[in-house]
Amino acid sequence: MTRPMLLLVLAILLLVAVPLSLLAGQVWIDPFGSPVRNAVPILAELRAPRVALALIIGGGLGAAGAAMQGYLRNPLADPGLFGIAPLAALGAVLSFFTGLAVQPWALPGFAFAGAALAMVLLALISGGGGLGRGVTLFTLTGMMIASLAGALTSLVISLSPNPFALSEIVTWLMGALENRSWHEVVLSAPPTLIGLALLWRAGPSLDALTLGEAAARSLGVVPGRLQALMVLGVGLIVGSGVAAAGIIGFVGLIVPHMLRPLTDQRPSALIMPSALAGALLVLIADSLCRLFPLAGGELRLGIALSLVGAPFFLLLLLRLRRELV
Amino acid sequence: MLETFDLRVPGRLDGVTTGLAPGSVTAIVGPNGAGKSTLLSALAGLLPGDVRLKGRRLDQTPPRERARRIGYLPQSAEVAWNVSVRTLVGLGRLPHGASADDDAAAVDKALADVDLSRLSERAIGHLSGGERARALLARVLAGNPEWILADEPLASLDIAQVRNLLARFRDLAGAGRGVVLVLHDLAQAMNYADRVLVLHKGHLEADGAPDEALDPGVISRIWGVDARWLGEGHGRALAW
Repeated sequence: MTRPMLLLVLAILLLVAVPLSLLAGQVWIDPFGSPVRNAVPILAELRAPRVALALIIGGGLGAAGAAMQGYLRNPLADPGLFGIAPLAALGAVLSFFTGLAVQPWALPGFAFAGAALAMVLLALISGGGGLGRGVTLFTLTGMMIASLAGALTSLVISLSPNPFALSEIVTWLMGALENRSWHEVVLSAPPTLIGLALLWRAGPSLDALTLGEAAARSLGVVPGRLQALMVLGVGLIVGSGVAAAGIIGFVGLIVPHMLRPLTDQRPSALIMPSALAGALLVLIADSLCRLFPLAGGELRLGIALSLVGAPFFLLLLLRLRRELV
Repeated sequence: MLETFDLRVPGRLDGVTTGLAPGSVTAIVGPNGAGKSTLLSALAGLLPGDVRLKGRRLDQTPPRERARRIGYLPQSAEVAWNVSVRTLVGLGRLPHGASADDDAAAVDKALADVDLSRLSERAIGHLSGGERARALLARVLAGNPEWILADEPLASLDIAQVRNLLARFRDLAGAGRGVVLVLHDLAQAMNYADRVLVLHKGHLEADGAPDEALDPGVISRIWGVDARWLGEGHGRALAW
């Protein structure tokens, strides 16, 4: 499939999915049927921000995943590998732990601070990005940050001062778009859009990296500049995503993986289609969570995506293994 | 001219000064670990040090401009994604920022140059080793560089392909390009290069026409092998 064709198909699917998602829910709104009570506030205050947030977060994660796989030259890479999401989550968890989360600015502020700290650590430890010590050291640094942030998050949970904070933390960590308002949309849209623009700029350099680091440098790629684009781009996207919705996994891993065979396989050709498909995936998953609530409330989006994503990914791997055999 | 001045890379190169002229094929030879690949990447402007193209230091040349002038083919045949041959060769156009038509024309020409036009839509993972090596070379040629630096470009090829590619390198030099090849096979260097640089433990041990740089005395001193050249002209073979 050519790239414009793929983008067109995804855009059409989104154009169909967005209005459907706005109308669907526990209260169905039929635009041609009899008027529904409170239809306007339901649409404007509950569903529209939720749909907007699904598009922003899904789009960002899809694009970040495609860029990460290109940067690490590995189809199994995911935006979480830089350690930015776990550290942003640690920041958010600390806001619950300290009780500051009741302030509207505290949770996103702490999450962004965590994401920024991860970016600074990445730059400090693996900075320079000279030939040979670039990407591997960088990935290891990200994994160590992720693992340290995970341990610290567990520590904070175990030291949690009261059951209320504990339950807040655990629920929040699972990731969801439930009860989000325009406040979260305004908060996450600008950083995500800037992040998307930075990753778009990184596209040609990621293409050159297909040939390995030495050949990429000989084609004019400056490793330090590319690394900065990646850290800032992925950091802004993942940081704002975690700040608005908690940890949402699998989107950045699965979406580029599914789309790659439909493109010419260059990383740059995958970034924008992955943004559209990521938006579509999160939108559909969130709508399904809303449509089919469990006895105790809605299924958390993070759990739903992992429940669907992990088996799906296993199937992909099984197919891959058959092809290799 | 592509020149190096007292080029030092700790543990790899120990003060190499040389100047290469365009319009000729230069071979870099030496035992394993002599610093051949290091010298080639330095000539490509990928390592710190005083390397100048037409008198201008490469580390002070904008990377994209350097990339347009110097094409570099590393030894590793790594290709991370299963792109088509045409897409792979198109990566050589990245530093140019030219129109899509110009890019397509350059890619077509490079594919024809290495005789891969009929495989242009095939995925890189479905090529033989020799076809893959030619596709990677076409990637460098597509950039139309003034200098072509290739690190053991003939390593995985059969003799017919080796002969064709060496002839191709000679044509490129004949058209005024500078061609620098790291070669393992001394007979290839003897028969096809205009000039040979012999490296040993980071030192430039011999530098000159193939006859003198690859004199049996030099081979005995550097490789520790008593050898002699058989045959004449461009068909010489090394016997030991």
